[in-house]
Amino acid sequence: MTTPSERPTVRLTVNGRPVEHVVDPRRSLSDFLREELGLTGTHVGCEHGVCGACTVLVDGRSARSCLLFAAQLEGRAVTTIEGLTPAEGLSPLQDSFRVCHAMQCGFCTPGMIVSVTELLAQESAPSTEIIREAISGNLCMCTGYVNIVRAVEQAVAARTAGARA
Amino acid sequence: MKPAPFRYARAGSLAEATALLAEAPGGDAKVLAGGQSLVPMLNMRLVRLAVLVDVNGLRELTGITPTPEGGLRIGALTRHAELAASPAVIERAPLLAEAARHVGHAAIRNQGTLGGSLAHADPAAELPAALLALDARVRMTGPRGAREVAADAFFHGLLATALEPDEILTAVDVPAQPAGWGFVEIARRPGDFALAGVAVARVGHPLTLPSPPRGGEGEVRVVGFGVGDRPLRLAGAERLLAGATLDAETAARAGAAAGPDCAPPSDVHGSAEYRRHLATVLVERAVLQAATRLAGRRR
Repeated sequence: MTTPSERPTVRLTVNGRPVEHVVDPRRSLSDFLREELGLTGTHVGCEHGVCGACTVLVDGRSARSCLLFAAQLEGRAVTTIEGLTPAEGLSPLQDSFRVCHAMQCGFCTPGMIVSVTELLAQESAPSTEIIREAISGNLCMCTGYVNIVRAVEQAVAARTAGARA
Repeated sequence: MKPAPFRYARAGSLAEATALLAEAPGGDAKVLAGGQSLVPMLNMRLVRLAVLVDVNGLRELTGITPTPEGGLRIGALTRHAELAASPAVIERAPLLAEAARHVGHAAIRNQGTLGGSLAHADPAAELPAALLALDARVRMTGPRGAREVAADAFFHGLLATALEPDEILTAVDVPAQPAGWGFVEIARRPGDFALAGVAVARVGHPLTLPSPPRGGEGEVRVVGFGVGDRPLRLAGAERLLAGATLDAETAARAGAAAGPDCAPPSDVHGSAEYRRHLATVLVERAVLQAATRLAGRRR
């Protein structure tokens, strides 16, 4: 029978790379990513699941990394903002955020990009209402959201045009 | 904002999970399912544990299975996003699918579980109210064996349920849902807990209900959430709808009758008086939704 452990081992993939670590059970996925793997693109805001800054993908679905313990991620595939960023330059979605000035301080941006990535994987042409709903769990204290919604709409339009071309 | 130390166990079977709960020092263990309510409480040290029992690997707790009687058995680990998108749930318990769409945000719905929502029993949560309106039964297992409890007897008060500390909620049985239901809530922002909400469902087997359908010939359940220390059946409204044709007039009268049955909290988000008023308006709207769906025979 499994014995409760103070130092469980967890094996997962992070941005496609296999990782095996012995962890403190209370180590959140967000702190694990930042402090043990050095992936500081995942931002930590509220640490109780309200602000959305720490959103990552787990097996392709968005999740608050502050509400998961690293020990839970056995066998799972985690994708962070680093995994969504090309080796050179920006992804089309990131570039759309840049062009539309969809950030000011940038603290919420990684979480926004992750949430929108999930949306765009599920919806080919989301309406403005659906875009707003998709980012409703990501708080931005700077922009008022208007430019973020524009950036997503522009990324959708560019993708649609690209698909037609 | 870091949890106090605890030990972690990844349960390999349901039997192992219940044994881990039973053997924890001082009974100081909790089940980790989606963690969307438990982990914030751990992070804020509102909860401290000796042992956290992770049940996420237990296949016994997953799956949405149609029953021969027209209902569903839904595994406790079913995520809100699965509930909202499941063709079987949309077909057989559309009220439950609609309620799941109102829970939190996408990232929360991807992780949060049906069993976790019931076991946590937040009085403003959507799924407990929906399951009470649907006359669902909650299945659980522990060292004394398996048992089931009607939703009516499951919710005991604020964050308190019939589930014993050494038991695990395993599944929910949802009976076939007749046509005609309503679900409405009002929250300050999308994804917030509701200030108040109402679920209305007709209960009874769809095939034995008479046609044309009338409210009282099945039973109409009217459940308020965010208006008391648990999801509340609003008896005044239910009595008024018994035997009545569901229409705009009865909807308004049911709304007016709902207020005295509510015992809402006052807090920074809204006064008790305001929430009580919301409940009366929402009962009317939810009954109107049910009437519209009945008239169109839309499920």
